[in-house]
Amino acid sequence: MKTELNLNKLNRKDLLGIKELSVEEINLILETADSFVEISTREIKKVPTLRGKTIINLFYEASTRTRTSFEIAGKRLSADTVNITASTSSVVKGETLIDTAKNLEAMNPDIIVIRHSAAGAPHMLARILRQSIINAGDGAHEHPTQALLDMMTIKSRKGGIAGLKIAIIGDIAHSRVARSNIHGLTKMGARVFLAGPPTMIPYDMAKLGVTVHTRMEEAIEDADVVMTLRIQTEREKQCIFPSLREYAEHFSLNKKNISLARKDVIIMHPGPVNRGVEISPDLADSTNSVILDQVTNGVAVRMALLYLLGGGSSE
Amino acid sequence: MENSKTVMDAEGIDRSLTRIAYEILEKNKGVEELALIGIRSRGVFLAIRLKDKIASIEKKEIPLGILDITLYRDDLQSSHPKPVLGKTDIPFSIDGQKVVLIDDVLFTGRTIRAAMDALIDFGRPKMIQLAVLIDRGHRELPIRADFVGKSLPSSLWEAVNVHLTEKDGSDNVTVEIK
Repeated sequence: MKTELNLNKLNRKDLLGIKELSVEEINLILETADSFVEISTREIKKVPTLRGKTIINLFYEASTRTRTSFEIAGKRLSADTVNITASTSSVVKGETLIDTAKNLEAMNPDIIVIRHSAAGAPHMLARILRQSIINAGDGAHEHPTQALLDMMTIKSRKGGIAGLKIAIIGDIAHSRVARSNIHGLTKMGARVFLAGPPTMIPYDMAKLGVTVHTRMEEAIEDADVVMTLRIQTEREKQCIFPSLREYAEHFSLNKKNISLARKDVIIMHPGPVNRGVEISPDLADSTNSVILDQVTNGVAVRMALLYLLGGGSSE
Repeated sequence: MENSKTVMDAEGIDRSLTRIAYEILEKNKGVEELALIGIRSRGVFLAIRLKDKIASIEKKEIPLGILDITLYRDDLQSSHPKPVLGKTDIPFSIDGQKVVLIDDVLFTGRTIRAAMDALIDFGRPKMIQLAVLIDRGHRELPIRADFVGKSLPSSLWEAVNVHLTEKDGSDNVTVEIK
């Protein structure tokens, strides 16, 4: 299953999105992540690689998985990690993002991981700061580390990505996970099918090389991978569906509709799961579900990125 | 390659490995608690060959592990981009084991320092020994090998290249003026 690498280095200061990554860069990150899996299974889960480096996790939005995952990844590489949550920081006193960033830079960290509700926030930091910036989710734009851990999970379960039929179900419009995965999976040669209520699918999605359905059964049929997305009540300002129950009626993954997929289908969800809304509880816990593998692989992918970016400049 | 000179051929490498296999058994009085760990990448192929030789002499299999020392290197801070990382695979406990580390060339000793640091993170071996195909001198750390295929005094302007069939298509050791 080992991919032959045509690239032996990641020549960039920041990781902002999947859109700008080449297939070679994605392969390098996934192969490196694969080598990091073993460290988390050791009794002493630590290597000295990033000793003396400081990583700041700057989170302007709620997070359990991503923030913990970045923190654990940093600590297992011996970096010092600092977490800043907007709700308990000077942000509540009205400090702007640029001022916060400039102040953090003055303390000389090496890598800043940022999650922000505004699309493009990490890109702005990448322009004004000399540190490596990693995008941990920016608005409805991109969530590159999630897509990378998803691709790693698919690759390890299916042996590869090219040629697979992958269905992404749910709120595509508000989902940065969907956007990053669409960029990544199509680059890697998968056939991507989307399904969701028409109000949740942007009209020009076909431009990204995917097929759009409004009935989820059409997207799921013969799929190797089914990825369900979280209904993001915090981002949905206008009413775009009548009720959660109504949504679940048509777009919840259950025993009946999953039977249309291939027998060895894997079921994915970026979390947090709204049980009974996007997916029925028995499926989320079934042997086809790789939801917890995704979380485990997330640590390895983030270790790989911290290692490859390394807090150094690419000059 | 006119500046390149072959200092060891396939038979030479094989005879050296046979001798090292016997020496490992002699020093450790058999295969009890013995484990081999090859350092990526050519150390792994040498470790596999030594394991086979020991198995055919003693009729017993000994555990074999693979170690990638990249994450323990002392020059990572200054290197950007980072070197490609390989997999470490030590599928047994090294606690109380007599571990023989295996590498192709012993030079500055920094790789072995990194390998020992990595091993200590996996447990507490009873003893760590070192086997190398070539010792070319120029140590920068107080490290020496227990088993040496060939001592090859070299100048710093020379490159010592070990080629193994598994990776390079043929077995030989060359010295080249850089």
